[in-house]
Amino acid sequence: MSAKPPRLDLGELGLDRGGHLLVKHALRGLPAGGVLEVVGRDAHLRMHLQAWARQQALESAPIPGGARLSRPETLLGRWRGAERAGASAASSPDAVREQPPARWGLAARGAMVEAGDLGFDFALDRKEVLWSERAAELYRQALAAQWDPAVAVDWKAPVELPDEVEDAVVQVMTYLIENEMAALLVPARFLARIHPHFREILQLLAVQAADEARHIEVFTRRATLKRPELGLSTQGGQASLKTLLDEPDYALAFFLLSVLGEGSFLSLLRFLHEHAPDPVTARVAELSGVDEARHVAFAMAHLKRHLAHDPHLRPRLVAAVESRFDSLREMSGLNEEVFDALVLLAAGRFEPDAVAHGHDAVLALKADMDAARRHRLEQLGFAPEEAERLSSLHTRNFM
Amino acid sequence: MRQTSPLVLGAVAYDAKVVTIWDGFREWFGAKDLAFDYVLFTNYERQVEAHFAGAVHVAWNSPLAWIESLRLAKARKRKPRALVMRDTDCDLTSVIVVPAKSSARELADLRGMRIGVGAQDSPQATLIPLLTLAEAGLEPGRDLEVVHHDVLLGKHGDHIGGERDAARALVRGSVDAACLLDANHLAFGRDGTFAPGSTRVLAQTPPYDHCNFTVLDGAPERALARFRELLLGMSYDDAAVRRLLDLEGLKAWKPGRTSGYAQLGRAVERFRFLEPWLASVAG
Repeated sequence: MSAKPPRLDLGELGLDRGGHLLVKHALRGLPAGGVLEVVGRDAHLRMHLQAWARQQALESAPIPGGARLSRPETLLGRWRGAERAGASAASSPDAVREQPPARWGLAARGAMVEAGDLGFDFALDRKEVLWSERAAELYRQALAAQWDPAVAVDWKAPVELPDEVEDAVVQVMTYLIENEMAALLVPARFLARIHPHFREILQLLAVQAADEARHIEVFTRRATLKRPELGLSTQGGQASLKTLLDEPDYALAFFLLSVLGEGSFLSLLRFLHEHAPDPVTARVAELSGVDEARHVAFAMAHLKRHLAHDPHLRPRLVAAVESRFDSLREMSGLNEEVFDALVLLAAGRFEPDAVAHGHDAVLALKADMDAARRHRLEQLGFAPEEAERLSSLHTRNFM
Repeated sequence: MRQTSPLVLGAVAYDAKVVTIWDGFREWFGAKDLAFDYVLFTNYERQVEAHFAGAVHVAWNSPLAWIESLRLAKARKRKPRALVMRDTDCDLTSVIVVPAKSSARELADLRGMRIGVGAQDSPQATLIPLLTLAEAGLEPGRDLEVVHHDVLLGKHGDHIGGERDAARALVRGSVDAACLLDANHLAFGRDGTFAPGSTRVLAQTPPYDHCNFTVLDGAPERALARFRELLLGMSYDDAAVRRLLDLEGLKAWKPGRTSGYAQLGRAVERFRFLEPWLASVAG
C-alpha cells in the first residue's frame, strides 16, 4: 500500500493572490519526483494550478478541488552551481576574500549567487589593497558623528569684522572649498570601481564623500555670509590638487590625499578654530576637523595593512611624493593670497602688532603641519630621516 | 577561409529579446560545433513563405504558422514535420472570462454580447476560443459582437499586448467577456489588472499545443539531427543556457508532436481564416 501524498489546503487563497508561495514552499520539502496534492476553494484554483505547473515544468493532474503536482529536478536547477559569496560578518573566517570573482557582481557579501557571469568589471578587487579591519568601526563612528549644518552651526551669531579681515576669511574659505572638492572627487572616483564584496570600504568612502559635500556647504555658506562673491582661485593651487585627481593608484592616491593632504588639513582646521576672528568660522573649522580626523585614521589603517602585506608598496609611496614634488616644482606653492589671508585671519585686525601675531601663528602652523606629517610617516614605518625628507617634499599648498 | 555553411533558422521578431535569445543560442551551438545562424522576420506569413522558398532550413513557428505550413505543403506537395517544441508549448488552454457580477452563467448567455479577443491572428486569444463559442452554437459576428485588440498583427498573438488590452476592456466594461490564455488570466490577477475575485471563468477550451520548430522535406538532415540532439540535451541546470531558456519561456525542449493542433485547424477551416493569404501565395 503506497503512502498518501501530502496535501496542501490553500483555503480561499488563489494562486493569483500569492498562493504559489505556499505551493513552492511545500514542494521544496519534497524529494525529486515527490508528489503534492494542492486543494482549495478559490474558483480558479484548478485552472491556475494547471497553467502555473506548465510554466514551472511540473507534472500536474487535476483532482477534485485542485491538482496533484510532481516535483521535478529542475525546481532546484537554478541553484545548481550557485556559490556563497563569502560571509556577511567580516569577522567570520574567510568572510572577505583576497580577490572575489567579478561574477559575484553586486551580490551582497554572504549571499548565495546563482551561477553565471554578466561581465561585471571591478578594477579594484584585491583585499590587500583595499581592506582595513577598522573600516566597519570607522563607518559606525562616521554615522554617529554626522551633523546637520543648519543645527550644528549658529549662523545668526554676530560676525562683525573689519573689511580686510572679512575679505581674508572669504579667501580662506574659497581655498578650502576647492580643496574639499578634490577630497570629495578622489574617494568618489575610486568608490565606483571597487568590488561590492568590500562593502564596509564602499560604505566608508561614501560617507567620506558625503562629509566633504557638507564641508563644501558650510565653507560656502560662511564665505557668502557677508559677501556676495567668493575669493580667488589660483592655477598653482589647482595644479597641486589636480595631481591628486590624476593619481590612478588607490594606495598612492589615499597616501597623498588623506595621510599627507588631509593630515596637514587637520592642523589647518585646528589653526582656523583657534584663531578664527568670528564664532561661525571657528565652528565650521571645528566640525570639519572632526570628520577629517576620521578620514586620516582610515587611510592610515588601510595603508599600514597594505604595507605589511606588500613589500613593494613602500618605495612606490616614496616615489609618489617625489614625483608629485617634481611635477609641482615650477609652481609657486601656497599662493600668496592664501598665505596673506591666513595671516590676516589670525591677526583679526589690520594693525601692525596684530599682523605680527598673525604671521607668527601661520609660521607655527607650518611647523605643526610638518611635525604631524613626520609623525604619521613614522607610524607607517618610515625612518625619521626619510619621514623628514618626504614631509619637506609635500606640496606647499598643504593638501 | 572556407566555413561550413550554417544551419539557418527563421524566427519572428515579436520583441527585442528575440535577438538576445538567438544570438545566445548561436554562440552556444557554435561552441558545440554546430554552425548556426538565424534570420528574423517581421511576421509569420513572410517566414513561412521564405521557409518554402528555401531561405531558411528550420522555422520557429507559431501554431498558426504550423497550420499555414500544412496548408501550403498540401498545395505544393511538400512534407512538413514538427522537430522540437518547448515543454511549455504542450497542453495550453484558453479561457472565456466574464466579470464576477455578470448575468452570464453559461456560454449561451453570451448571445448578443460583446466578446473581447486578442489580435485577429492570435490562436490562444482569438481563433481557438472563438471556435469554442462557435461549436457551442454562438457564431462570431452573427450571435456575438467580436471586439479585436490588434497589437502587432502578423505576430500571431506572441505579443501579450492584445490580451492585456482585452483584459482591460473587460475591466472598463467596454466588452462583456474576454478571451485569454489560462496563464495570462493568472498573470493578470497577479499583476493587479484583475482585482481579486473580480472575474469568473465561463468556459475553458480543451488543451492544445503552441509553437514548434518546423522543417520541410529536403532540409539538411545531419545538421538538423545535431540541432535536435543539442536542443534536447540542453539542461536548465546549465547556467550558460538557463538565461536563454528563461527568456524563451521553457525549462526543457521536447520532441515535436502534432497531436495538439486539431482545434486550431478546425478554427482556421471554420472561419476560412487562411484563404486570403493562401490565395496571395498561390499566385
